[in-house]
Amino acid sequence: MMISQFFVLSQRGDNIVFRDYRAEVPKGSTETFFRKVKFWKEDANAEAPPIFNVDGVNYFHVKVVGLYFVATTRVNVSPSLVLELLQRIARVIKDYLGVLNEDSFRKNFVLVYELLDEVIDFGYVQTTSTEVLKSYVFNEPIVIAPARLQPIDPAAIFTQGAKRMPGTAVTKSVVANDPSGRRREEIFVDIIEKISVTFSSSGYILTSEIDGTIQMKSYLSGNPEIRIALNEDLNIGRGGRSVYDYRSSSGSGVILDDCNFHESVRLDSFDSDRTLSLVPPDGEFPVMNYRMTQEFKPPFHVNTLIEEAGRLKAEVIIKIRAEFPSDIIANTITVQMPLPNFTSRASFGLEPGAAGQKSDFKETNKMLEWSLKKASLTVVFQIVGGAEHTLRAKLTFSQEFHGNITKEAGPVSMTFTIPMYNVSKLQVKYLQIAKKSSSYNPYRWVRYVTQANSYVARI
Amino acid sequence: MPPPAASSRYPSPSQPSGKSEVTDLKSQLRQLAGSRAPGVDDSKRDLFKKVISYMTIGIDVSSVFGEMVMCSATSDIVLKKMCYLYVGNYAKGNPDLSLLTINFLQRDCKDEDPMIRGLALRSLCSLRVPNLVEYLLGPLGSGLKDNNSYVRTIAVTGVLKLYHISASTCIDAEFPATLKSLMLHDSDAQVVANCLAALQEIWSLEASHSEEACREKESLLSKPLIYYFLNRIKEFNEWAQCLILELAVKYVPSDSNDIFDIMNLLEDRLQHANGAVVLATVKVFLQLTLSMTDVHQQVCAIVSVYERIKSPLLTLVSSGSPEQSYAILSHLHLLVVRAPFIFASDYKHFYCQYNEPSYVKKLKLEMLTAIANESNTYEIVTELCEYAANVDIEIARESIRAVGKIALQQYDVNAIVDRLLQFLEMEKDYVTAETLVLVKDLLRKHPQWSHDCISVVGGISSKNIQEPKAKAALIWMLGEYAQDMSDAPYILENLIENWEEEHSAEVRLHLLTAAMKCFFKRAPETQKALGIALAAGIADFHQDVHDRALFYYRVLQYDVHVAESVVSPPQQAVSAFADTQSSEIKDRIFDEFNSLSVIYQKPSYMFTDKEHRGPFEFSEELGSTSITPEVSSDIVPAQQFEANDKDLLLSTDEKDDNKGLSSNNCSAYTAPYESSNISSQMQELAISGPAASATTTQSSFDFDDLLGLGLSAAPAPTPSPPLLKLNPRASLDPRAFQQKWRQLPISLTQEYSVNPQGIAALTVPQSLIKHMQSHSIHCIASGGQSPNFKFFFFAQKEAEPSDYLTECIINSSSAKAQIKVKADDQSTSQAFATVFETALSKFGMP
Repeated sequence: MMISQFFVLSQRGDNIVFRDYRAEVPKGSTETFFRKVKFWKEDANAEAPPIFNVDGVNYFHVKVVGLYFVATTRVNVSPSLVLELLQRIARVIKDYLGVLNEDSFRKNFVLVYELLDEVIDFGYVQTTSTEVLKSYVFNEPIVIAPARLQPIDPAAIFTQGAKRMPGTAVTKSVVANDPSGRRREEIFVDIIEKISVTFSSSGYILTSEIDGTIQMKSYLSGNPEIRIALNEDLNIGRGGRSVYDYRSSSGSGVILDDCNFHESVRLDSFDSDRTLSLVPPDGEFPVMNYRMTQEFKPPFHVNTLIEEAGRLKAEVIIKIRAEFPSDIIANTITVQMPLPNFTSRASFGLEPGAAGQKSDFKETNKMLEWSLKKASLTVVFQIVGGAEHTLRAKLTFSQEFHGNITKEAGPVSMTFTIPMYNVSKLQVKYLQIAKKSSSYNPYRWVRYVTQANSYVARI
Repeated sequence: MPPPAASSRYPSPSQPSGKSEVTDLKSQLRQLAGSRAPGVDDSKRDLFKKVISYMTIGIDVSSVFGEMVMCSATSDIVLKKMCYLYVGNYAKGNPDLSLLTINFLQRDCKDEDPMIRGLALRSLCSLRVPNLVEYLLGPLGSGLKDNNSYVRTIAVTGVLKLYHISASTCIDAEFPATLKSLMLHDSDAQVVANCLAALQEIWSLEASHSEEACREKESLLSKPLIYYFLNRIKEFNEWAQCLILELAVKYVPSDSNDIFDIMNLLEDRLQHANGAVVLATVKVFLQLTLSMTDVHQQVCAIVSVYERIKSPLLTLVSSGSPEQSYAILSHLHLLVVRAPFIFASDYKHFYCQYNEPSYVKKLKLEMLTAIANESNTYEIVTELCEYAANVDIEIARESIRAVGKIALQQYDVNAIVDRLLQFLEMEKDYVTAETLVLVKDLLRKHPQWSHDCISVVGGISSKNIQEPKAKAALIWMLGEYAQDMSDAPYILENLIENWEEEHSAEVRLHLLTAAMKCFFKRAPETQKALGIALAAGIADFHQDVHDRALFYYRVLQYDVHVAESVVSPPQQAVSAFADTQSSEIKDRIFDEFNSLSVIYQKPSYMFTDKEHRGPFEFSEELGSTSITPEVSSDIVPAQQFEANDKDLLLSTDEKDDNKGLSSNNCSAYTAPYESSNISSQMQELAISGPAASATTTQSSFDFDDLLGLGLSAAPAPTPSPPLLKLNPRASLDPRAFQQKWRQLPISLTQEYSVNPQGIAALTVPQSLIKHMQSHSIHCIASGGQSPNFKFFFFAQKEAEPSDYLTECIINSSSAKAQIKVKADDQSTSQAFATVFETALSKFGMP
């Protein structure tokens, strides 16, 4: 498990951070790496895989907020170990800097080097725990204002829509103090569910899966123990039954296919009362990851129709129905649909009933123009629970087409975020902080969010 | 303390104006050096930061070295750290400065703050200045005894760093022994983990020339030590857990209770959120089950292990980043290919999601192909057909290929054939191209479907097909089924007329053959086209095309019927297509589970070679040379196993035996029983023997051999040196080998003949390696392609650590082996060469 070098490159290939631990890899590895990643194949679409070998040097990389986190080694190491390590390094640095981007890196490079020296020594991983590192790391971060949150940042999903959330809280450094000089006692527990659904052309669900995470970020002083209680009717594993056998899962209770836990989690009473206990280390970390294929009600129903309307013309109708309560608002919804290659023009129309959404659809028109270059249809808007929206587009083709037009277009894919809603019905029943003082009452934020991972309707 | 606001007080460090700035910094630092004013540390921090930012963008700031060190006489850790970063950068290149640095760091190693002690020690050991190693010994020694665990952790890694600067200094100071005792007794888990890592590295490197190190290395795998680690595995952090699990993989359990104990101990590691821990645990489980002796028990265990690990791995695939998913999926892929039946009902997990990167999609397509069986083929193929219309053309192509592969491996493919034919109706160029290639392969395996396929293929206009592979496939079908496709001769004629515009030699070759086949079936219609084709072919600049055209022309001249029987024999169905990867290679990859071998789908010797290649100066024509770094792993046969999809459970030993037998049978030489044959071989060997003058005596020895003396005690040339005994468990790591090979002179160069059985057996070069190993001569590197093979061997005297290094080049067409021997003890190299020759002469013999 020896790492030779670690470095971070910007999207343009600039060297942001570079550390050589074992002096085994010849100079120029950053250039070699970048050239390889940029020109992986003549075919520009093919992305370089996260691991490749050039002249006996193995390069590992993960992309985080548009930066390349890279490790090199000559040894036949465990690939998961290195990739996991790179993700963790990114997380530790984010814990410290609050915001992870090129600017914050450059402003804090001494601190980053300090961290890197404690995380890896002579190629061997020492620790990636922000908690442990706090006692070894002394530079203080120069905190960058989170001017614009990266969309990949999990914190970003809470800043839109849900006003109750202190949106910037999750972007503060674990070590920096508030301007007021004192730290706010608070803890965030986020239940983030990414859902994947594929609908057949006739509207049936072909596959569905929920990938969930209970994410925690604690700013509690003195590291008190915490107990999290989940649904009592929670079941793990589906016995001998086939994972996709929906009929047998219609009973009550939340049934997870499988889950795993952070190393700080103790499961002593998990089997009896479904509680997890842990002393949360500093920094952000997943308490529990889970996977579920139990049947659930998809939040959106999508209906698509594409029809030829005379020579060189066709019409597309996309109907979206929100299948969740009306006090919930889904946002950052995009609907995308690849159109036939020979589409030269698309005009876009709304049903007259869609008043109130107009401002959103102005942006839509812009998106449409942009997206037509890629021969696909894109719409961005917001939907209130229970509502139904129809989008119509008239297409004009540049050449005549014979055959089945449905083979040339689609599938329709959706992305969305639904704050304060989760489809699995997994819940944090309570969050107990074991600290004796009665006056101690830190802020506890338990937040739910559902996001589309791969939400596809075939036509 | 407020954060230093360097950027506000000073201009941006990224635009330095050069030398004057450095001089400026120097004087500012000097002013601060002696100052005791309050807040001076903050000003120093700002200046230090500036110095370091200059340093990182490549400006030479070595001139402020003295001032930096002076300013660092402080208790401010942030300042110290920056200073260490700075001195570490400049000490290496500047001997004057390095002595100054060492003094400064040695002093800090005695600081009362453990933080400073540790940091100074780390910096001291990281200087990598070979002639100053003696200064490390004192601080390292006290660091290992420090009462603070942070300092000890750093000291342990420091020992490893020292070893890499000067191995002898490290060994002479008996640091490994100290580490061993720390590993067994220290209360801090990270200290213990670092000891384990350091000792593994040191002992592996030492093992090549020290028997003691060899024993120590093996002692790490002793039962008490393994349990010492496994019982307290939860005290270690996740990365150290991986280290321990990697160690446990090499452990050979004593019995099945042992196996189940370990599995129970590690059961909950499968629920860890860190994929690396889970995969390392899976590897332990797989190795344990494979070491089971009771076959029935083993079958049950393997099935239950697969069932157990399936779910955690699938969770990791969906919970991590795409990069992590990729690493896990690669391992799942390996398992899926090995045991498709276990994953058969989980096929939906491997459906592609539209937003996944292409490297993930490709893996999933391969998995779907592997899993498809009678019960799920319909669903899988339906799904794959959806991808064929994908916007990502590369994935669309892969999907069609996947459908084709499934069709080829299924018994009832009617439905799939229908879908392939539907692809052709989609009228997308790349879809048509891929489909044509598949239809061709299908017809080769199942000629009975020609009727359905041909009617559709016949409707495709050859003008729309541009890709050479697809064009070649279409042309092949035109030739093969000329009697069923009414306009086949005319399409061919058309294509032949455009001969000049056809850039692919492959297509032109196919045109020639198809024209011939068509001619035999429909001579009157094809004669003209064939004439044009042959003329164009003979005039072709491409050698193969030219040769084939000429050959066809002459064989037609000789006799048309003979030509037909040569070019167009009755159709025969192909039962199985050649697999691209041998099962031996697949097994090696499986052995290397949880390593890069799985990602690259190559065993490690195929991609870790270059590291060791440098000093060998291989000639280019030898082709790629490979290194087998884990020579020592062969010592433990129980850990090696080979199995393929069908006989998962066959242990290495059995299978190897089978292989050995069959290859011997294949070579079909019964020479030992034919005295004339063997004596001539013996003569040959004798002539090429080490002492030319001894020819006559030797050949008489050879006859003695025939009379039953056996070849094991090879007749040594006169005067005979004492018989050399070699250590069967010798080990030498590639780096040490390289070093020796560079240092030692060649003490002997010889050429031997290799007997025909040996040459025949050399088709699997690995077999020579195994063979020589049975004579205590171990291979460290091998490579090349027929007819040139190159091997590097080493051997060790039984009694003392004295090595023999040998380069052996075998030319299989001339049946000659050329060896170069280098030896620690040159007086015995002749004796070694004799042993080598004897061993080589028996290669390939039953």
